[in-house]
Amino acid sequence: MNAVEVRNLSKSFEDVKAVDKISFVVKKGEMFGFLGPNGAGKTTTINMLTGLARPDQGSIRVHGKDYLKNLKTIKQSIGVVPDESNLYPELSGLENLCFCAALYGMKKAERTAKAWELLEQFGLKEAAFRKFGAYSKGMKRKLTIAAGIIHDPEILFLDEPTTGIDVASARQIRMLIARLHETGKTVFLTTHYIEEAERLCERIAFIVSGRIVRIDTMENLLQPMQEEHLAEIICTRGEKQAVDLLGKEFKDLVFNNTGRNAGRSFSRDKEAGEEHVRVKSGEPIPVGRLVRFLEENGIQVIEARLLRSSLEDVFVRITGIEAKELLKVTETKRHGKKKKAGGGT
Amino acid sequence: MSQWTAFFNILAKDVHAYYLKPPNISWGLLFPLAWTGMFFIKSGQGLEDVLGLLPGVVALSILFGTTSMLAVTVTFEKKNRSFERLLLSPISLELLMLAKTGGAIIFGLANAFVPVIMASFLTDLSSIAWGSFFMAVLLIAIASAFLGLFIAVAVSEVFEAQTFSNFFRFPMVFLCGLFFPIAKLPVFLRPLSYALPLTYGVDVLHGSVQSTNIMPMYLDLVVLAGFCILLFAGSLHNIKRKWIM
Repeated sequence: MNAVEVRNLSKSFEDVKAVDKISFVVKKGEMFGFLGPNGAGKTTTINMLTGLARPDQGSIRVHGKDYLKNLKTIKQSIGVVPDESNLYPELSGLENLCFCAALYGMKKAERTAKAWELLEQFGLKEAAFRKFGAYSKGMKRKLTIAAGIIHDPEILFLDEPTTGIDVASARQIRMLIARLHETGKTVFLTTHYIEEAERLCERIAFIVSGRIVRIDTMENLLQPMQEEHLAEIICTRGEKQAVDLLGKEFKDLVFNNTGRNAGRSFSRDKEAGEEHVRVKSGEPIPVGRLVRFLEENGIQVIEARLLRSSLEDVFVRITGIEAKELLKVTETKRHGKKKKAGGGT
Repeated sequence: MSQWTAFFNILAKDVHAYYLKPPNISWGLLFPLAWTGMFFIKSGQGLEDVLGLLPGVVALSILFGTTSMLAVTVTFEKKNRSFERLLLSPISLELLMLAKTGGAIIFGLANAFVPVIMASFLTDLSSIAWGSFFMAVLLIAIASAFLGLFIAVAVSEVFEAQTFSNFFRFPMVFLCGLFFPIAKLPVFLRPLSYALPLTYGVDVLHGSVQSTNIMPMYLDLVVLAGFCILLFAGSLHNIKRKWIM
């Protein structure tokens, strides 16, 4: 049986179509990634799936049951971790967990035992009696996840679980999510971090502007990209452009000038006198020969490395948009919108 | 049964986290004290007038304590999104909102009995019809809490909740027959008086304390109960429309 089945789900806010006739299935026990830039419709979808928003049209079935007709039963079997920690700042970590457990009808002894177990599992035992408002961002996220699973839900909805927290905490949270999935829970994960989805998910749905543009397993998504070999060469900018020299000599390879590397902008690279060349081929790339050729032609090579095709490449190929650029644009748009509307789409 | 576990825990959490905080306890004590003192000085009469002041002080203590507390706490939880957690839980919206208003109602009841306890040291309260008095106090507390809920659903910021509360409260104070008898109000304002829940609550209190009610008490209580149902239903409707979009 499928854990979640969504058919032709749509939702508009005034004249903005946040989600447009999306359909997908999440299998029982699966880690399903819902990937897209900010403002793509991920949070709206998760809100509809958890009962916080009403769909304009379409149907949702959870464990084969119609969601709207069985809302109370279904709410008992799902756990939700929203994109922002939403526990009570004036309550301690332990009190927050016990309160969340009580919302699902757990008895006092049971909820206290479970709360301590989760505090231990999430490394928060020492902070059990500290007020939630005094927790760090990473601790808040961890406790919010613990609150989402305290009633042992069969399906867990995680909305951007690592957004806005430090690298170490994000890494810990990813490990916790992976462990939860290993216990057999169905996990529905929305994220705009492509690497996170690649590391954690078995199947991915790409959503852009409220529409699902592709759903497939990680294996199938990465397969065409793995048949492609990539390399990047960073060299000093000489009189002649490295990309032209290489193109003339190695005709079976494809060379492109790329403007960025490791987060540095093209203009900064230009100022630094560097040239970034991306090499693409259907066959393994002879990086050593390329480096020697450039140095023989008076161009000093700073760095040369083979690149692994990633989900980001798949995203770019499918959507036709440079992922990082898209994220940057939508983030700016959303920021303005958030100020006005007070939430995501 | 599990829904009732949630209900009692929401109620207990609110009482613990909001209503039992020292500033609120002191507000709950000081506010009725200040009202009593103010009325007493203004009346210029002796201790025999304490009974005459009691209905007004009790009504205002409940109204001011209950509406603002609920409006502020719900708006605060909505703002920091912890209210979302309640909406995600498998508890019916009706029971959830009753749990949220329950704390404010208890707070209102406690506020109401501060002036009563004070009055018991100053005068003989044996003439009060306690049954109808308690019914009036309870229904005023419920109506005020539901009014607070109605306000909380209508606003998005905590300061708006305070401002909007006053928009309802002050006209009610002046038009409900506490300061001026309704019969002495200008003719065009009288219908407005009868459109306010506090008018009926105050009338029952007057009737219970000094038998000076202007309408039959059972009618007052029925109308007041009607206001409670109307305000609660209106709030639920607005929550479904505005918060579960």
